[in-house]
Amino acid sequence: MLIIDCPNCGPRPETEYGYGGQAHVAYPEDPHALTDEEWAQYLFYRDNPKGDYAERWVHSAGCRKWFNAVRDTRTYEISAVYRTGETRSETQKGA
Amino acid sequence: MNQRELPEHPDFLWANPEPKRSYDVVIVGAGGHGLATAYYLASKHGITNVAVLERGWIAGGNMARNTTIIRSNYLWDESAAIYEHSLKLWENLEEELGYDVFFSQRGVLNLAHTLQDVRDSVRRVEANRLNGVDAEWVDPQQVKELCPIINVGDDIRYPVMGGTYQPRAGIAKHDWVAWGYARRASELGVDIIQNCEVTGFVIDGGRVTGVETSRGRINAGKVALCAAGHTSVLSELAGFRVPIQSHPLQALVSELHEIIHPTVVMSNHVHVYVSQAHKGELVMGAGIDSYNGYGQRGSFHVIEHQMSAAVELFPAFSRAHLLRTWGGIVDVTMDASPVMGRSPVDGMYVNCGWGTGGFKAVPGAGFAYAHTIATDEPHELNRGFGLDRFVSGALIDEHGAAAVAH
Repeated sequence: MLIIDCPNCGPRPETEYGYGGQAHVAYPEDPHALTDEEWAQYLFYRDNPKGDYAERWVHSAGCRKWFNAVRDTRTYEISAVYRTGETRSETQKGA
Repeated sequence: MNQRELPEHPDFLWANPEPKRSYDVVIVGAGGHGLATAYYLASKHGITNVAVLERGWIAGGNMARNTTIIRSNYLWDESAAIYEHSLKLWENLEEELGYDVFFSQRGVLNLAHTLQDVRDSVRRVEANRLNGVDAEWVDPQQVKELCPIINVGDDIRYPVMGGTYQPRAGIAKHDWVAWGYARRASELGVDIIQNCEVTGFVIDGGRVTGVETSRGRINAGKVALCAAGHTSVLSELAGFRVPIQSHPLQALVSELHEIIHPTVVMSNHVHVYVSQAHKGELVMGAGIDSYNGYGQRGSFHVIEHQMSAAVELFPAFSRAHLLRTWGGIVDVTMDASPVMGRSPVDGMYVNCGWGTGGFKAVPGAGFAYAHTIATDEPHELNRGFGLDRFVSGALIDEHGAAAVAH
């Protein structure tokens, strides 16, 4: 089981969390301008890297807040956690 | 044959040639799908100048890690068509390949534990029958008759309220399936090349002309991806994305036991599926781990969850010892249906997104994919499964509908 370091509550077991998939996928700025192909990309396509992945978790059994983590999808090691609204680079210097 | 007697371990049954400079078709990935595709390309379409490239050894990925359940009781027409075609091919596979694959049509029970489960199950039975798939609704007493070790009492958290039964469904021995396809493909002239990792694609004017590998460049008229959970890694190299997420899916076996479990039991609601392998291990699986992962392992609480469901349904299992757990990397799409067809690169084809259910599809997917590659057009069986459905919105939403949540 993963131990995930919630930015608000500290390290807790994975069973307290829910997974939210890829982080930093913004809602389209002008939805009316999107082609069907662009909608398909927004709705159905996500990055699926073998390596570092910026992803969302929610601490359902704790503070109930969403936050972001950078996790290696090969080793499952989490190298950074940061609050929603912060960018990955602010937290993860040089990574 | 006694269920527990297997023939002697076969000798090597395929050649291990050095890669040639070029092939008409290069298949990337020598799992069940890749090997079956090569076999049907050679046997049905006369295309024998084919290489199947494999980064590790044949059938060492999900083909070695699945729980071998074979069934075709899917809800939607497109799914029922391809899985039922696959099941029909399974029924004649030993004869066709001239090789034992231990296909055992012991039936699959999909249990219902809530009123909504009951409604969904009955609906699926009717849909299956309309599509020519054998299916029946069975009440708790009939469940008990089909599988005496199930607890059908009403004093458990989620009592068994009935189930659907597909008598023609069953299991097979995964390794032997791969060996059978590899042997026949090799006999027909296909080169199976192990320890050969694809590291890039040669694309000229939007058309693929070859692959870069750990053993040098190999030119190819056509390139067909068959890499399951690693498809995204490959498609990125070719410059396009596929709508899949790779997740760990865990399974486990117990120590050997007397043969006590006559069928295959799946439960969507409490979430476990169980059969008993020919030698006597109880084979179980459940849902995917929530997070993306390429690690071929998952988190133990997922195992605990499925074991608690299994022990409640099968009280006899409480004394069984866990022998081994493992994980595969499954390629899950948003609608829990596979992707098969042409890719954005000319001459390159994708077959992925089979998620947690790819083993049962090995013959049917290989058959349809070979047609797609040979003719550059989808077969009737995979026309609905192209990448274009994500643009048109014509999804084939088997999430939860297909008798088990993915």
